Parts: sequence; C-alpha cells; structure tokens
Amino acid sequence: MALRSFCRCTLFLRHVRNVGIQTCPTISSRHTRLLSTSPIFRTDMAVPSDEDRPQFPGSKSTFTEKLEFLQPDSYDGIPVYRVMNRNGQVIDPTQDPGLDKDTIVKMYKTMTLLNTMDKILYESQRQGRISFYMTNYGEEGTHIGSAAALDPRDIVFGQYREAGVLLWRGFRIDEAMNQCYGNAGDTGKGRQMPVHYGSKELNFYTISSPLATQMPHASGAAYAIKRAGMDICVICYFGEGAASEGDAHAAFNFAATLDAPVIFFCRNNGYAISTPTKEQYRGDGIAIRGPAYGITTIRVDGNDVFAVYNVVKAARKLAVEENKPVLIEAMTYRVGHHSTSDDSSAYRSVDEVRYWDKEDHPIGRLRRYMLSKDYWDEDKEKEWMQETRKNILQEFAKAEKVKKPSPTEMMTDVYDSLPRSLEKQLEEMKQHVEQYKEHYPTDKYDEIHD
Amino acid sequence: MASITGLTCKTFAPISLFLRSLRKSLPKNLVRNASAFTFHPQDPDKSLGETAKMNLFQSLTNAMDIALATDQTAVIFGEDVAFGGVFRCTVGLADKYGKDRVFNTPLCEQGIVGFGIGMASVGATAIAEIQFADYIYPAYDQIVNEAAKFRYRSGNQFNVGGLTVRSPWGAVGHGALYHSQSPEAAFASCPGLKVVIPRGPTQAKGLLLSCIRDRNPCIYFEPKVLYRAAVEEVPVQDYMIPLSQAEVILEGNDITLVGWGTQVHVLWEVAELAKEKLGVSCELIDLQTILPWDEETVVKSVQKTGRLLIAHEAPLTGGFAAEIASTIQEQCFLHLECPIQRVCGWDTPFPHIFEPFYLPDKWRCLEAIRKAVNY
Repeated sequence: MALRSFCRCTLFLRHVRNVGIQTCPTISSRHTRLLSTSPIFRTDMAVPSDEDRPQFPGSKSTFTEKLEFLQPDSYDGIPVYRVMNRNGQVIDPTQDPGLDKDTIVKMYKTMTLLNTMDKILYESQRQGRISFYMTNYGEEGTHIGSAAALDPRDIVFGQYREAGVLLWRGFRIDEAMNQCYGNAGDTGKGRQMPVHYGSKELNFYTISSPLATQMPHASGAAYAIKRAGMDICVICYFGEGAASEGDAHAAFNFAATLDAPVIFFCRNNGYAISTPTKEQYRGDGIAIRGPAYGITTIRVDGNDVFAVYNVVKAARKLAVEENKPVLIEAMTYRVGHHSTSDDSSAYRSVDEVRYWDKEDHPIGRLRRYMLSKDYWDEDKEKEWMQETRKNILQEFAKAEKVKKPSPTEMMTDVYDSLPRSLEKQLEEMKQHVEQYKEHYPTDKYDEIHD
Repeated sequence: MASITGLTCKTFAPISLFLRSLRKSLPKNLVRNASAFTFHPQDPDKSLGETAKMNLFQSLTNAMDIALATDQTAVIFGEDVAFGGVFRCTVGLADKYGKDRVFNTPLCEQGIVGFGIGMASVGATAIAEIQFADYIYPAYDQIVNEAAKFRYRSGNQFNVGGLTVRSPWGAVGHGALYHSQSPEAAFASCPGLKVVIPRGPTQAKGLLLSCIRDRNPCIYFEPKVLYRAAVEEVPVQDYMIPLSQAEVILEGNDITLVGWGTQVHVLWEVAELAKEKLGVSCELIDLQTILPWDEETVVKSVQKTGRLLIAHEAPLTGGFAAEIASTIQEQCFLHLECPIQRVCGWDTPFPHIFEPFYLPDKWRCLEAIRKAVNY
C-alpha cells in the first residue's frame, strides 16, 4: 500500500513539474512523509550498504563526499570492434563470421556493383542527364555488412546514402535508374530528387531529405512491431551530423524508455557536407551517447564488412529476442563529395581522401580477404567489372528513353483520394496546358488524364 | 593497390565516352526544365556612388562583410558557413573576421536559431543561416514562440531584435520536395517577426543590411535560383533599403501585378507579354517585405487599375496572396472591376519532374490577366 502511494507520488511529481515550481514545497514535504512510511526505506533493511544510497527517483548511483567533476576525457574512447585488419586478414579466428563462399562473393559483388553504379550516375549528372546524385564511395562496407545480417523483413528507415542496403535486398538496377530519371517507371512517380529510393516490397521506407526525421519514426515503428508480436526489428541509418538534430535525441530516448526493438546504425563518415566531426561534437563520437540514454551500444570498423555483419547480427538478436534498442556507431569515411552539388576539395585535402580510397577501403579489404582464400582472382575481377558496367549502362540507356509520368501524378497521392479542390486544380491545369501546349514539354511526359 | 572509387579512378573515361555517345541519340529527353523566368537587372542608383558587378550571393557576402566591419558584436553562423556556405554566400568572411565571428554549428536548426536568440538577447547581432528554407521547420518553435514573442511577453524589457535568419528559398529547377519550398506564409501569421524576400543583388544588399540592423527579429529568404543568375552593378558603399515598403517597378493603368523574389521577374515578363499580346498596361509591384507588408502601396495601385493579380510559388491555399486579396477586397471593393486573381503553386508538395507544370509561370499569369480584363 505504502509502495503504491510512493509510486503515485512519483507520478504526481512528474505531473506538477509541468505546472510550476511554486507548488514544490508542499510536494516535497508530502514526499518525505511518504518515504518515511515506505517499507523499502526502513532502517532495518537487509543490506546495510543500501541504507545510505540516494533515493532520488531520477538516478541510480551512490553518494560521494568527494567534490569531483566528471571529465569528458577521464576514460579511453570506446574501442572500435574489428574482425579483419587492413590487409583483409582475420585477426581472431573466433570472430570470423564463418560465412560461406557464395555469401562472401555476393557481398563483394554487391559492393562493387554499387560502386560502379555510383560512377556512372555521378558522371551522368555531370553531363546534365540527371539532376542530382550522391555516391556511396567508401561506405559500401556499412551497407552490405548490415544488410546481410538482417532479415529481409526487417524494416529499414534510411537517411539517403544507403543504396547498398537496397541492392542487397534485390533492388534492381533499372529501378534505381528509373528513380534517378524520375521516369514513368519510377515507383515514386517522379516526385523526388534522385537517390530518394523507396520500396514497399523490400521493406525500405522512402527517403526524405530532411535529416534525422526518420529516427523517431523508427522508434515508433519498432514499438508497434513489438506490440504486434512480430519477430522482426527496425534498422535506422543516420549520419554523425544528423545525430546533432533534436529528432535524434527524441528517437534515442523514446526507444530506450519504451523498449523499442530498433537498431540505430550511425554511419560516422567524418563529414556533414563540409563540417568535420570536430565541429560536430566534442564527446567520443555518437556511441558514447548510447549508455547515457540507457541503450546497449557498440562501435565498429565500418570498413570491415565482417565486423559490421557480426555487430548487426548480434544487435538484431538483442532487438528481436529482448526488445532492446541498440546503437551501433560504424566508423567509416566519405570518400566522395557530399553530393553532385559539392566540391569537397574546398574543405579537405586530396591526400586525406586518397588515404581512405587507397589504404583503408572496405572493398579493397574484402577483396584482399577473398584473394587470400582463392575465392577471387584478377580474371574474375575483370570479367565481373566488365559485365557490371555493361549491364548498368544498358539499363541507364533504357531508363533515359522512358517518358516522364503523366503530370496528373503531380496531384495524386497528396491524399488517399483527390479532394474536390485538387480535382478542380487538375482540371484547370489540364485546360491550361491544352490551351498553351506549345509552351509545355508535354512530349516528354505521358498524357495528362483525369 | 588500385583505386576503387570514382575520385581517382581511370576507368571513368570509357563511361564518359559511352554516355556522350548516348547523348547524340537522345537530345530531347536530356534538356532539364529550369524555372522559366528572365532576370531583369535593376539600373544602378547613381546617388549611391561607385558600383561593382556582383551576382546575388556576392552582394549578400558584401552586405555581411559590411555588417561585420561596422558592428563588432556581429557574428555569422550555421551549417557549413565557415568554408563559404553551400551557396557561397559567406566566402572569405571567416578568414577576414576570424573563426569566432564566422563559424560552423552542429547540424541542428533549432539549435542555430535558439543560439542566435540567446546571442541577440544580450545585445549581440546574430546572423544565422538555415541551409534551405525547407529545413527551417525544426527551428519553427524557436522562431514563432521565442524570437517573435520575446519582446511582447516581457513587456519590452527584453528583445531579440539583433537576430536575422537567412535562408535560401524557392524553386530552382530541380529541387523537388525539400529544396524548393517557399514557406513565407507560415511566418506571416507570427506577429513580432519581419519577413523579407529580395529579387536581385542591389536590393538584396540594402534589405539584408536593414534586417541585420532592424530592432526586430527578421526572416530573410533568398531566392536560390538567383544566386548566380542575377547579376547587377551593385553600389559598393554601405546602404540600407527600408523594410515594409513595396516598390512600384512598372507603372500601368489596367491591372496591378504583385509578387516578390523570383516571381517579380516572371511578372515583369508577363507585363511585357500582356502589353504586346493583349494591349494591357500592367503596374508591377515588388512587395519586398511580407510582414509587416505595405498595404498602402498596393491599395493605391489597385484604386487606380481596378484589377489585381498576385502570384507566388507557394501553394494557393493559405498562401500570402490570400491575405493580400482579403485586404484589398476590403479596402478597394468599389474600385474592383473583376475578382482578384491568384496564380500560385498547386495545393501539392513541390514536385521534382513536374516543376514546369507546377510553377505559376508566365503563361498561367498571362491567362489570368486575360481573364481579368475580359471579365
């Protein structure tokens, strides 16, 4: 009974905090009275050391008589978990994920497919064929390592640089090309900028440009999945820059307090457009925030595809079997420019980029591993690269020829059905374009219809 | 170890060649549809002395250079501003004034505006940049509930008049949902704010300096499509253009056209087309300040012309044209010869590939003029 009163009091305190501080004196005296009658605070408790522990509802720790500030540098940084060294050699055999040859070759092929697709689409933007592009250079290991460890039913909330996750799940090259062209084959109906992919079939939510907005969505989706009793989890990708947004805080705190089965996967690639990590945060990266929220956390070498695979596999188990959120910070490097709108030579040195491109690249590391295992050789490499390039260019050429969707699609899907106001506006647009058709590029689009 | 990425990769060349060969076969589909407008430069104001050729982003840099030179408390901050900003508006300023005056912030819009409010509250001049107007919404609470109400709620004991929030705004040809928005109306219902949108380099410099020095928090939206496209002879000296004063750009008798930002240039061309094709004389007004707006200039014009067309890129419903139309029908009811025309973005998110059909372009505006004069 007394315990129940105590709980009610705690709730009450939470409530009055919003009302104002003037009510505090009354509350605190009542609070003290309740505490003194509560059995858990009796002086004859079994463990004497607990007797003098702080009983504040908001913390779980001990008293100290030393005046000592907690210093941000009073501990070594969180270590970076890895399986392979930079030469692609497994350091501790117990950590080898033990994947079969076919899976490893598939990982390599998907990483290089993504890389080749990036080169072609980047170059096509430079030529004005598509309006925009973002490459994934240097971060292929984080995409493929994580995607391979997930169940394809697991729901993905991406940021915008996770095309490899889609490719692993079977997103076809023509689907990517159609989206980048915004043609009639684009499932997103030409409405968004290139690389804003989405696939209901592949459980990959459509990308939204604003940063970190997807993070609380991931917590909410995970909570609903838990309630539905589904044996899947949610994975949420984001960058170390996005982690500065208020939405990131909300997402972590909600997932922790509501025990949502979500994996927060941070791609810490060193830069948010031009802003380096040293201007983004002062603590030990993003991982250090996990324990502060009460979230199980690990840091991993994002350029080691096996290490990423292992941590996501383990995180998934925690999420699905124990309904726990997990924070993974994958350390990597954005080898490419932020996007086609960016020239990174204005804020970082070519030597710095070259180091990551040549000395510590996830594709190179996996290739060295495969060469050492005789899973791969120069001939296979050459053949695969030629085949990939040919396929992508073919799909690219095809997508370029497809017309844009009907301008009617500009008006649909704003709501589940067209409201009267938009019906009217659609009619007005149709009449106007008909009347002034020589001034509109109608030949490039499918016909306007009701 | 061979390079594997595009940055240093030699295998790029054959791809380029292949793509180029494709181009010849498919010329039609390759032309992207940029926003259709022609920039009309402003003649230099001789009374303001020496001029230099500047585009819009250069004139903004110039304005901020002057603001920092003339006010030691002034600072500029936001995402990526230290290296010059993604639109190059702050190039060279960090080197010139130091990293404590021109600095990058963490990626957090609510933080940027909240930090600026704090600086301004103790008397500093805070020039904050939000990278795109589309990304201003996380800061909406700080702007609407804090900046706009700081003075009022304290009985004028405190204010954040030293705060200016700059942000790229409007259509750009390929910006789609999240790099194209024109959210001025969302801020128009926030008493306490001033909202300003320039149309070209000369005006931009004078208006930005006014915003920075105005004793009220200002939201300053910059038409991003004009950053490079708009070039004028801009006076090099320190000058300001008064806020809340519209500018009559063209005088006319048959219809008043009201716009701001990029749309002024669309309407300028429409005025020429209307004269040529319909024999209609248009009076063109650049509103310049959205809040508090210059009713008097518009009322005076409509009393003369008897017709009004307002055009903006933001969606029709709840757009600022609705506010103007409402005021004008109230104040000019007996002068109106026809219903007030609004030509705006459709009531949809801003679409990527459909931009040419979405915008209130010259043909839609011309048709509205035709309807108005034939009413």
